[in-house]
Amino acid sequence: MTGHPYLQLLIMTVGGILFVAAAMIVSWLLRPNRPSEVKASTYECGEEPVGSAWFQFPAQFYLIALLFVVFEVEAAFLIPWALKLGDFLHHAAAEGVGSPWFVVVEMAIFLAILILGWVYALRKGALEWITE
Amino acid sequence: MAERGWLENWVNGIVQPLYEVAPWIVHLVPILWILILIVGSVLILIWAERKVSADIQSRVGPLHHGPYGLFQSIWDALKLLTKEDTIPKQADRLVFCVAPYIVFLPAILAYVVIPVGNGLIAADLNVGLWYLVAVGSIAVLGIIVAGWASNNKWSLLGGMRAAAQLITYEIPMFLSVVVIIMMAGTLSLDQIVRSQSGGSWSLAPPDAPFLNWNCFTLPGMIAAVLYLVAALAEVNRQPFDLPESESELVSGFNTEYSGMRFGIFFVAEFSNTALVSGIAATLFFGGWSSPIVSEGEGFWRIFGDGVLWYFVKITILIYCMMWVKWTLPRVRIDQMLQIAWKGLIPLALINIAIAVAHVAWVGA
Repeated sequence: MTGHPYLQLLIMTVGGILFVAAAMIVSWLLRPNRPSEVKASTYECGEEPVGSAWFQFPAQFYLIALLFVVFEVEAAFLIPWALKLGDFLHHAAAEGVGSPWFVVVEMAIFLAILILGWVYALRKGALEWITE
Repeated sequence: MAERGWLENWVNGIVQPLYEVAPWIVHLVPILWILILIVGSVLILIWAERKVSADIQSRVGPLHHGPYGLFQSIWDALKLLTKEDTIPKQADRLVFCVAPYIVFLPAILAYVVIPVGNGLIAADLNVGLWYLVAVGSIAVLGIIVAGWASNNKWSLLGGMRAAAQLITYEIPMFLSVVVIIMMAGTLSLDQIVRSQSGGSWSLAPPDAPFLNWNCFTLPGMIAAVLYLVAALAEVNRQPFDLPESESELVSGFNTEYSGMRFGIFFVAEFSNTALVSGIAATLFFGGWSSPIVSEGEGFWRIFGDGVLWYFVKITILIYCMMWVKWTLPRVRIDQMLQIAWKGLIPLALINIAIAVAHVAWVGA
């Protein structure tokens, strides 16, 4: 396979969009179209829909999203470290880069700060789901 | 023999000139087999899901279309294609129509880096595993957008639950993947499979190459369990099907979708089931490498490394996912969050420490 590997991603993206579009077009050609006022109304178990659904919802979803951002960024930082860990542990001494445990201690400090944050969130009850 | 001659003529007569005129045509081969893989696996999975659920509940399942009801999914697909498509008047039309595209794209993009067989990989990216995690998190956008744009209370609730669930379970999933990166020292999925398929350095006896799989190391075993639990949540399957819990939210984020638009959500969901099983097989269970013989002779060649084992492994994993789905009741949203934040994530962090010890003493 020649060409840049990321070219494949571009082709795949375009192909995926075309596939969904093709499914839509085929269905558009085959399906009946008999619109009516009732069909176009919002489904609310057969009742008359009450108001819009674009209203306020619990702030807890935001809390989870905030916690997620912290942990996900931390996990993203873990990847380059994880990739080189084996090299460091087994070859650092031979190449005279210093103690092989240096990278481990560094990551332990980094994770300890994160775990401290997790404990804080736990104690503050941010990880509980308040039902009221 | 005549048939073979015809085939050769066909290949020489059409494919060769086509290749000379437009060499870029080879780039369309991966997308073709990935689309065939997705559509084929979805058609089979819909049938299998109904048969497995029927078996677990002492029913017989689909029977009438084809032998053992095998063609049932084709009729299902035809039904969805010919169904009227309605868009609610109050919905945000543009966003409503875009959502199925966003949900479907990650399903197909992720397959780019999955090695289905020896060398059978669309693009062996050197950041493969990271790319996989990144692409996997696009799906949540499509689900939130679908839930919001419908302007329906069930859809909004389903979309919000989906957002909370998918982002929460992405963390243990990511952290369990990090362990594999530490042990393999590479992000390329092809390399990860090769690192598990034995070799001269391997500790496993030659007649049991499967002992090289990542799931037979302590951190790998824990990571596999974490990954499989998180994967159940990532594909919205029971016991983590809160985003579309039928008995509470009608159908959750896709309540307002009908016809083929709903069909696309359905295809994405089933293809994601096959996908996470494929990723699990690749990362923890040796991918396409054979558990019995790595290089067989004669008849045994077909049981050697190759596509066969990838499909055997994902079949077993998918069966387990279906088994779990039809056995366990749905968890509540607070339980769902507790499992992740108080169970899986601390365990995943401890597992990273175990993996450091493993890499240091057992060897990378």
